[in-house]
Amino acid sequence: MPDGTVMIFLNGGSVAVAAGSTVAAAMLNAGQPCRISVTGEARTALCGMGICFECRALIDGRAHRRSCQVVVRDGMIVETQR
Amino acid sequence: MKNLDVVIIGAGIVGCACARELSLAGLRVGVVEGKSPGCGATAAGMGHLVVMDDSPAQLALTHYSRSVWSELMAELPGSVEYEACGTIWVAADEEEMAEVHNKSRICAAAGVQASVLGPAELSKAEPHLRGGLAGGLLVPDDGVVYPPAAADFFLQEAVQAGAELLQGSEAVFASQGMVRLANGTKLTAGRILLAAGADCSLLPGLPIRRRKGHLLITDRYPGFVNHQLVELGYLKSAHSTESDSVAFNVQPRRTGQLLIGSSRQFDNDDSRAETKIVGQMLERALAYMPGLGQLSGLRLWTGFRAATPDKLPLIGPAGALTGEVADPSLWLVAGFEGLGITNAPGAARLLADQMLSRTSVIDPQPFLPNRFAAQEAVYA
Repeated sequence: MPDGTVMIFLNGGSVAVAAGSTVAAAMLNAGQPCRISVTGEARTALCGMGICFECRALIDGRAHRRSCQVVVRDGMIVETQR
Repeated sequence: MKNLDVVIIGAGIVGCACARELSLAGLRVGVVEGKSPGCGATAAGMGHLVVMDDSPAQLALTHYSRSVWSELMAELPGSVEYEACGTIWVAADEEEMAEVHNKSRICAAAGVQASVLGPAELSKAEPHLRGGLAGGLLVPDDGVVYPPAAADFFLQEAVQAGAELLQGSEAVFASQGMVRLANGTKLTAGRILLAAGADCSLLPGLPIRRRKGHLLITDRYPGFVNHQLVELGYLKSAHSTESDSVAFNVQPRRTGQLLIGSSRQFDNDDSRAETKIVGQMLERALAYMPGLGQLSGLRLWTGFRAATPDKLPLIGPAGALTGEVADPSLWLVAGFEGLGITNAPGAARLLADQMLSRTSVIDPQPFLPNRFAAQEAVYA
């Protein structure tokens, strides 16, 4: 596990996250849903291993990335997928 | 044995639209569907409501049908997902731009609203198209529906008007006013209307061929595409009558999902998706819209269009197409190729007009099945 913390921008606010965390973990820790379903429900990671697609999020401008498969990086911009 | 005025065989969108029209006119209608309503070409297609000007007759039918759709608009339930997104025909080069101007003149003469877009206007309307395109033609009153829900709407309206749905057992015999289902049920009717798309098993020898297509749907990317986008080369693809072809054709759905097409293949009865033609189809799409490569596709499927030799549907009495023994009970409404969704409500009106001896708004002659009878005789 890498040491220290990194800063990410999560839904407009800056958040300190343990280095080596997945984006899905960071979002869950911060109480932010990964995405809003087509019927308006908040969703977050379910399987945590890239299979269920529930954790899709907007990461550095790219839509529908599986946030459980992406590790945080300093300065990363993450938004709930709507 | 049940006795009806009309037995419709096939509950695709065209059969359902006819059931609605005939039931509302007071006829006793039965609809036979072996599987489930709208599960064939209706479910496989894009649901693009489009005025097509490839022949005067097709222009008349698509324009008329689109006007019937707009009449129905207020009644359509939300599940039909109607969107008046318009179509942009995209021109890649100056040769295609000349075709844009030609189409624009045809639209003006027919009273179809359309406007020519230059390169900058095209890019503003659709920022994800690649640079360097010549322009396009915007047809703002074209639209999009979700076809199975539209078919269900027509069917429910028919049922409310007294039509009966006979579902789960397919018709195995239909001739001389008699229909027999696989489960042994027998129906009699003054008229039998074959609305079975590319399935010609009840009347072999119809001038209809299956033409396979592939479609892909993406995850949700709202605002990525604003209009139904079709390359002008589509007309070449749609008109080549023999070889396999692909064309750039992208549609935005209400959810933000995109449908990406299209492919055309004759003489291919394999319903599996094929890597080679899907690859060609997606390469074509990327050539027009490189950003599509960053999107996630969710599902890919195939379907079979019902194609006639002259690209026009068969609407009316089967006439001489019934073979050596005349069968005045048999009627046809089939062979719409890629325009079954657009043309379903207009075709249903034309069909009902003929059955009820009403005058039609447009000339029904170009769609009469008997136009193929003379050609049959040549080969007899």
